[in-house]
Amino acid sequence: MNIPTGRLAVWWVLVSEIVIFGGLLVSYVMHRLGQPEWAEQAAHTHLWFGATNTFVLLTSSLSAVLAHRAAEEGNGPKAAKLLHLTCLGALTFLIIKSVEWTDEIRSGFTLQDGGFWSYYYTAAGLHAFHVIVGAVIMLWVAASARKNQDLHRVENIGIYWHFVDIVWIFLFPLLYIAK
Amino acid sequence: MAQHSHEAAHVAGASHDAHHHQNWFQKYCWSTDHKMIGMQYMFTGMAMALLGAFMAYVFRMQLAFPGHAVPGFGLVSPGQYNMLITNHGSIMIFWVAMPVLIAGFGNFLIPLMIGADDMVFPRLNRLSYQLFLLSALVLIASLFVQNGGFGGAWTAYPPLSADKHYNLTPWGSSLWLIAVVLEFVAFLLGGINFIVTSMNSRAPGMKAFDVPIVVWTIVIASILFLASVGPLVAGAIMLLFDQLLGTSFFNPTRGGDPVLWQHLFWFFGHPEVYVVMLPAMGIVAEVMTVFARKKLFAYKTVIYTIIATGVLSFFVWAHHQFVAGIDPRMANVFTVTTLLISIPVAEMCFVYIATLYGGSIRLTTPMLWALAFIAEFLIGGVTGIYLGSSGLDVFFHDTYFVVAHFHYTFFPIAIIAVMSGVTFWFPKMFGRQLNEFWGKVHFWGTIIPFNGIFIPLFILGAAGEHRRIFDYSNFEHMSKPWMIDMRIAATVSLVVMLAFQIPFLINFVWSMFKGPKVGKNPWNANTLEWTADSPPPHGNWAVMPEVHRGPYEYSVPGRERDFWPQDEKV
Ligand code: HEM
Ligand SMILES: [Cu+2]
Repeated sequence: MNIPTGRLAVWWVLVSEIVIFGGLLVSYVMHRLGQPEWAEQAAHTHLWFGATNTFVLLTSSLSAVLAHRAAEEGNGPKAAKLLHLTCLGALTFLIIKSVEWTDEIRSGFTLQDGGFWSYYYTAAGLHAFHVIVGAVIMLWVAASARKNQDLHRVENIGIYWHFVDIVWIFLFPLLYIAK
Repeated sequence: MAQHSHEAAHVAGASHDAHHHQNWFQKYCWSTDHKMIGMQYMFTGMAMALLGAFMAYVFRMQLAFPGHAVPGFGLVSPGQYNMLITNHGSIMIFWVAMPVLIAGFGNFLIPLMIGADDMVFPRLNRLSYQLFLLSALVLIASLFVQNGGFGGAWTAYPPLSADKHYNLTPWGSSLWLIAVVLEFVAFLLGGINFIVTSMNSRAPGMKAFDVPIVVWTIVIASILFLASVGPLVAGAIMLLFDQLLGTSFFNPTRGGDPVLWQHLFWFFGHPEVYVVMLPAMGIVAEVMTVFARKKLFAYKTVIYTIIATGVLSFFVWAHHQFVAGIDPRMANVFTVTTLLISIPVAEMCFVYIATLYGGSIRLTTPMLWALAFIAEFLIGGVTGIYLGSSGLDVFFHDTYFVVAHFHYTFFPIAIIAVMSGVTFWFPKMFGRQLNEFWGKVHFWGTIIPFNGIFIPLFILGAAGEHRRIFDYSNFEHMSKPWMIDMRIAATVSLVVMLAFQIPFLINFVWSMFKGPKVGKNPWNANTLEWTADSPPPHGNWAVMPEVHRGPYEYSVPGRERDFWPQDEKV
C-alpha cells in the first residue's frame, strides 16, 4: 500500500467527517419527510444567496486544483498565490453567508423558530465552521509553500477543500431548493 | 504533518531525542513518545477507574441499605444517586475502557509490534492525550458545579437530557456533553494515527497476515469507532444546542423527536461495545498463544471474523429500542441481525479454546486472567442472545437482567482482559517482574466476588427489579426479604472486590521500582516487542527489526526451542 502518509490521514479524516455530516443530514431528511409543514418554512430561504455561494465555493476549488498542479511542478510561490485566491473565495462565501443570516434573523427566523430553522442554522453553521478551519489551515500551508517547503501539503489541503465543497453541494438543494 | 520529522527520525534510527536532555515535564507530560503517551492514557484510565469504582460503591451501598449514611460519602439524595449512576457508566466506558484498551495498549503496542520507531504523527498523538485529559477534567468539574452533575443516565435520553426544567442540572448536563465530545475528538485523532501507522510503518517483511491479532483488533476497533461516532458527534452538537440555544431537535414539546437521539446514540453505542471488545479479544489471543505454547488456531479466520463482527455491528443498534415505539417489523429485522452477530463472537471463543487444546499450558497470572475472560465473557454473550430476542426483551428491558448482562461483557473486557494485558506486558513496560503470588491473590479476590455481585442481579432482574430506582422500599413487589438479601449480597461482594484491588495497586507500584529485573524476552514470546530492550528506549530499537514469519510459531516440530521470534532469520 503506497499512499503517502499525509494523504492517507486526510482520507481517514474525511471518512470521519462524512459520517458526522451524514448523521446530521440523514436526521434532517427523515425528520423533514415526516413534517410537510417544514416546506413552508423552507420557502423563506434565499435561493439566490445560496446559489451565489455555490458558485463562489466551486470556483474556489478550481484555484485549489491549480495550486496542486503548481506544487507538483515545484513552483511553491505560485501554489501559495493560488491558495490565497482560494482563501479569498472562502472569505467571500462567509461574507455572503453572514449577510444572508443577518437578513433572516432580522425577518424573525431564528434557531428557536422550529425544526426546519434548527437544522438550517446548525447544518450550515457546521459547514461554515469547516470553511473557516479549512481556510486557516490553507493560509498556514501557503506560508510554507511560498518558501518551497512541504509542498505535498498543498494537495492534502486541496482534498479537504473539495470535501467542504461537496458537503455544500448536498446542503444547497436540501436546505434551499427542496420545497 | 509530522511526516517529515518522522522520516528524519527513521534515518537517525534510535538515536533521535535520546541525546538532548529532557526535564521531568518534557519527559512525562509533554512527550511525543508513543510508549509514554500510552502510559499516560493507562494511568489516567486507572485513576478514573478508581473514581468510577467509588461511585459504584456509594450507590450499591444506598441500594442495599437505603436511607443509611454511606461511610465516606454520607446520605445519598435521589439526585445524587442519579448523578452517581450516570457518571459511573460514562466514566467506565469512555474514560476507562476506551483509554486503557484502545489508546493505552494501542499506543504502547502498535509501533513495538509492527517494528516502527513511533507513531507516524507523534505530535498529533500528544495532542490526542491532552484533549483526553482535558475531557476528563471537564467531566470531573461537571460533578461540582451548581445543582450538581448530570443524572440522566449514560445514554442521555431526551427530553430529560435536553431540557434543564426536567433534568434540573443546567450546568452539569452541558459540561457532561462537552466532555464526551472532547473525548470523541481525542480518540478520532488517536485512531487515525493508529490506522495510518499500521498501514504505512510496518517493519520490512511484515505482510498484513504477519501482524499480531491484537494490532489487528485495535486498528479495526479504531475504524469502527471512526465510522460510527460521527452521527453521535452530530447528535451531541444538536443536543447541546437544544440545551443551550433552544433549538428543537429532540424536545417533543417544540416539535422535536426524542427517538431520533436514541437512533443516533445506539448507532454509535452498539459498535462501541465491539470497539472495546475487539482489543480485549486481541490481548487474550497474545497471552493464550504464549502460555499455551501453541500456534493460534485459524489465524486468518480470526481476522475475517473480526472484520465480519465489525461490519455486522452496524446493523444491530435498534435492539436497544425494542420498547421505544419502533416499528415491530423493524424489531424482527434487528432480532435477526442481533442473533447473527453472536455467531462470530462465539466463534472467537471457540477458536481460543481450540488454541488451548493440546498445548502445554502455564497458569501464570496473565494466563489465568485470559482464561477467566473467556469463561466470564461467555455468560455475557449468552445472555445477550436472550435480550436480542425482541419477545423476551420486552420483559427484560430496563431491568437488572440487562445490567448484569452488560457487566458480564464489560467487566471481562475492561478489567479482566486489561489485567491480563497489564500483567503480561508489565515487564516490557517497566523492565521488571510483577509478583506472581500477589497477582494470583488479586486474581481470585477479583473473580470470585465479581460473580458474587452480578449473579444476584440476573436473578433480581428476572424477578422484575427495574433499574435506575433510588430506593426499592417504596415498591412492595421489589422489596421482598429475599430480594433485600440478594441486594446486600451483591453489595458486600462489591466491597470485597474493591478491597482486593489494594494488593494489586501495592504490587504494581512496588514492582515498578523494586521488582526483579528482566531481560528482553522473559516469556519466550515471538512478537517484535520482545526483541526490544525492557523498557524500550525512545525510538525502540538501535537496529530496526526485519520480519521473516508470522507471530504465532510456537512449538514448531523439529526446532530446538519452542518459540520462533518473528525477526529471527532461520
Ligand atoms: C453476543 C453478543 C451480544 C448480544 C447479542 C447483545 C445484546 C444486547 C441487547 C439486545 C441489549 C438491550 C437490552 C435492553 O436494553 O433491553 C444489550 C444491552 C447492552 N449490552 Fe449487549 N449484547 C452483546 C454483547 C455485548 C458486549 C460485547 C457488550 C460490551 C462490551 C455489551 C454491552 C451492552 C450494554 C452496555 C447494554 C446496555 C446499555 C444500556 O441500556 O445502558 N453487549 N445487549
Ligand atoms: Cu447493543
